Amino acid sequence: MKRRKFDVAALPGKSAGAVDDRFQVATPLRKLLNKVFPDHWSFLLGEIALFSFVVLLLTGVFLTFFYEPAMTEVVYDGSYAPLVGTPMSAAYESSLNLSFDVRGGLVMRQMHHWAALLFMAAIVVHMLRVFFTGAFRKPRETNWIIGSLLFWVGFLAGFTGYSLPDDGLSGTGLRIASAIMLSIPVIGSWVTSSIFGGEFPGEIIISRFFIAHVLLIPALLVALITVHLGLVFKQKHTQWPGPGRTNENVVGERMFPRYALKQGGFFMVVFGVIALMGGLFQINPIWYFGPYEAWVVSAASQPDWYVMFLDGSTRLMPAWQLTIPIGNGYVIPPLFWPTVVLPGILVGISLFYPFLEARHLKDRKHHNLLQRPRDVPARTAAGSMAVAFYVVLTLSGGNDVIADKFQISLNAMTWAGRIGLLIVPPLAYYLAYRLCLGLQQHDREVLAHGVETGIIRRLPDGRFVEVHQPLTAVDGHDGHGELDYVGWVVPKKMNRLGALGPAVRGFFYPIERPAEAPVSPGHPPVEPRPERAEVGSGESRR
Amino acid sequence: MSTHTEHQAPQGREPLDVLDPRVSRFEVVQEGARRDDIEIVHYEPQVVPGTKAERRLTRLVASFFLLTGLAATAFLVIYIWWPWQWEPGRGGDKFYTPLLGLTLGIALLAIGFGILTWGKKLLPKEVSIQDRHDQPGSPEDRRITGETMLYMADEMGIRRRPLLGISLLAGLAPVGAVVAAPLVGGLIADPHKDNQMFTTGFAPADGGKTKIRLVREDGRPIRPADVSPGGQITVFPGIKDGVSNKHADSPTLLIHLREDDAQKSRAANARPEVGHADYMWGNFAAFSKICTHAGCPASLYEQQTNRLLCPCHQSQFHITDNARPIFGPASRRLPQLPIEVDEEGFFVAKSDYTETIGPDFWERP
Repeated sequence: MKRRKFDVAALPGKSAGAVDDRFQVATPLRKLLNKVFPDHWSFLLGEIALFSFVVLLLTGVFLTFFYEPAMTEVVYDGSYAPLVGTPMSAAYESSLNLSFDVRGGLVMRQMHHWAALLFMAAIVVHMLRVFFTGAFRKPRETNWIIGSLLFWVGFLAGFTGYSLPDDGLSGTGLRIASAIMLSIPVIGSWVTSSIFGGEFPGEIIISRFFIAHVLLIPALLVALITVHLGLVFKQKHTQWPGPGRTNENVVGERMFPRYALKQGGFFMVVFGVIALMGGLFQINPIWYFGPYEAWVVSAASQPDWYVMFLDGSTRLMPAWQLTIPIGNGYVIPPLFWPTVVLPGILVGISLFYPFLEARHLKDRKHHNLLQRPRDVPARTAAGSMAVAFYVVLTLSGGNDVIADKFQISLNAMTWAGRIGLLIVPPLAYYLAYRLCLGLQQHDREVLAHGVETGIIRRLPDGRFVEVHQPLTAVDGHDGHGELDYVGWVVPKKMNRLGALGPAVRGFFYPIERPAEAPVSPGHPPVEPRPERAEVGSGESRR
Repeated sequence: MSTHTEHQAPQGREPLDVLDPRVSRFEVVQEGARRDDIEIVHYEPQVVPGTKAERRLTRLVASFFLLTGLAATAFLVIYIWWPWQWEPGRGGDKFYTPLLGLTLGIALLAIGFGILTWGKKLLPKEVSIQDRHDQPGSPEDRRITGETMLYMADEMGIRRRPLLGISLLAGLAPVGAVVAAPLVGGLIADPHKDNQMFTTGFAPADGGKTKIRLVREDGRPIRPADVSPGGQITVFPGIKDGVSNKHADSPTLLIHLREDDAQKSRAANARPEVGHADYMWGNFAAFSKICTHAGCPASLYEQQTNRLLCPCHQSQFHITDNARPIFGPASRRLPQLPIEVDEEGFFVAKSDYTETIGPDFWERP
């Protein structure tokens, strides 16, 4: 029997055919490869969060190999000499061992912590982008809700993870958390003793936090992130208005290869930055804090940054205690309001905001085009107010450090925070609103009268005027037509109109001849670009 | 908003025969895109093949990738051979983690920049337009799906056979409770077991006969002469595990007040609404160290003003006014421990705290 020659070149085609015979993937795969994504730098903020999460999973799995979630008391006998002989919990000991006796363990621990901080930061900034550009409007309300939940679930993930080393600082945080649970009216003491397995600190809280931190919360995060991405994929990304862009189309790049390459490269960059931070910048040096002891605390005990706003609200809260004179009397401690009620209100507002806005504006349409923040002054101002509120609280969360470093009275800092919390947000609202209106007005002005050229002309009667470069052909009442605002950037500088020659490429020496400069800087060419040749691949254009 | 469900080719375009061997690969790609309602409207190579610019970019990307290899190798060399175990002083081991992070970071950044440059500079720029198709289903479709679901309900016959629905609900409701029961039942713990929220390690043992000594962190008892006027010391109940987190509510601050402060203090203690007339011993007063706000140790004592500051949320307590909260979010005095000196000359607690220790809660009497 003659043996058939094995043709290597035909192998990919044949196996692809075999796969399609069985799974019918050709059409869906084409759709996937072809899917168009709009591109803008602000769309990558959410991806930073996603990529940080991947790094969190990778480094977190490494950490679980060495961490021991137990509160049994042991005496330290590792390589970090200053703590040798100190009684501590097994959890703290294993965290120390991770840092000193596991090769490369410290860089993993620090990368994990930095990735967590970056994850939360990226979520916040991404959320601000979505908010200020109106990307949360119908049909994307669901994804906004999921995103808001991701912040709070990430918050829980951060807090449970931060508590695991059981060092002096995190134990204090845990003590405050137990006090917060205690402050809940009626059920507080039952909730606390159920979670801690008795009176604080008990002997089980670390192992409970551990399973929540490594299984329950990550599973929830993965589920939410999957739905979040799936919805972005299904509903297609929003896009900025611009030439050719409508509410019914997506203008951008096909997913493969360029878009996917950029994503892959960006993931590596995020990963690389986290690795640099994990190696070069110390974070949470638990060996300086010592084991948790209920009677030890130091000044400047700050939580991770995303918890600081709650710390701040707690510090600013006046000592208003509600006493209910029934029987022996019941108490609602002041701690309840800034740590339970306030986050509850914040969750509520953020979850329902898309619906509140749509209801207020009686807006039932689909929105796939983003809005420039200046075009929606009320929303932009409300958002600025929220940011101001958050910033005042976060700064107040570190008011003892500010007071110390800048030699300010601590009590003055607290009062500044209390007053600031009432005054700064409305001020931010007003300023943002006026700024938006001013920017809107300037856009209209440029559209009506043209771009300022910087060229001053003296009129025959002695007056000086600035020459404006109109954006339209000559026809209107004052010599040129007026353009409508279409929700996108209005050119405001002459080089936006091509008044400057293109930059010469090359770092040390030009790698190409500089292009011909326009005829005269005062009179840039404003005709449309010449028609391009028929679209073709790189090969055929040679 | 128009709803066109059937696929229609843009006007003036013949569908391409993709199986025709004469069409170029790009034409097939373009046709494929069109079938997904994508029009590639702009497709422009960024570099002309064979030019200096292309060679330069290729070299750049290649050097990024080689840098990755170099940095990753450096990572491995450092990981294996650099001294990594902690030593006192400023040894080379202090650079182990920074060097690992640096080499790993450079390796990852370089591969990232390499891929980014490849994608952004060497690949053709394109602008494609895809239809969104985010119109809702047509009224017809909606009706069909709705009717199908209602028909399913009809087939099940829940409306005609209500017993089935009711019995199913009645059957499933306890199952839900069964799921919750082990979780709730397993976790729930009575906060008032052994009166734990209202007692501390200072509660006298043996039915109130043995008074508990105040001890230091190392377990030694304290004589009045051990603390100089104006000084303070953290004390613990002299019982088993008294100096540990097992008695996290017991750490106490023993303060030796100066004579004039002590007088003020005694006067404040004797006020009827306080009722702590005999809680001090000599010029010594003992207050719970656990902040009544959030439970941190209120441990920063300012001798000059007799204020005790909790560093967590800056509650301040006026020690000579029976630890009244005078600033910050705390709303309740620090409980005072009644103390005296036993026949051997050591401090003991006369009784347990007479007020509840630590952060407030609903049913605190």
